[in-house]
Amino acid sequence: MSVQTNFENGELRFSLGGELDHHSARDVMRKIADEIDRRLPGKCVLDLAGVGFTDSSGIAVLLRTHKHMRELGGSLSVENVHAQPAKVFRAANVGKMVAFQEVR
Amino acid sequence: MKSENYIKVEFPSMSANEAFARNVAAIFAARLDPTLDEVGDIKTAVSEAVTNSIVHAYPSELGRIQLRCRLPEHNLVEIVVRDWGVGIADVPQAMEPMFTTGGEDRSGMGFSMMEGFMDSLKVRSSPGKGTTVTMKKRILSKARK
Repeated sequence: MSVQTNFENGELRFSLGGELDHHSARDVMRKIADEIDRRLPGKCVLDLAGVGFTDSSGIAVLLRTHKHMRELGGSLSVENVHAQPAKVFRAANVGKMVAFQEVR
Repeated sequence: MKSENYIKVEFPSMSANEAFARNVAAIFAARLDPTLDEVGDIKTAVSEAVTNSIVHAYPSELGRIQLRCRLPEHNLVEIVVRDWGVGIADVPQAMEPMFTTGGEDRSGMGFSMMEGFMDSLKVRSSPGKGTTVTMKKRILSKARK
């Protein structure tokens, strides 16, 4: 799974690519957490345009990143979520805690 | 022998095999001409079941996991994920949403996903002997055609 990072004007953006599962999630979570700790952004964006599949491991990635940003007093938004990941997030009521925007 | 199509594959409990397992199940189910949404449901459920075996059945060593798929009826796919690991002492508790013994990187939503995305879910487990998860999904797109 690929993780591209871009930091601009206090916004830390992660563009993920590939399938998010238990195998890939641990590495992705570590990369995201390390980068947040290094940059201390006010806003974090997870761009999931390149993620065609996730299982419940993706929920843990969103919730952990949300918690991490909240601890820093910042915010998380999740963008470009495809239909399958959106269905998984909805099934777990993730939207209650983390707003996510679906691909139209 | 009853004429019924099926597959049976066995693999070690390495996390790299999660993608392999869910894609094998999706390819097997493809003969029922499922929608993308139905394929996504099957892949999600299989990924959850196989991940459970990898994380919980064999926490400290590699073990074997078996994936079986068959078509008991013309528009129904049955998927069985079996392991011979530590087993689950309290199956109803393990199936509760948000319950996990897997630590902070697990969401505790595995069984909820299997239950929500498939039409039926049966979990049989004996501590010390292993766990068998049986899931069925009716492929509606085929029935509608």
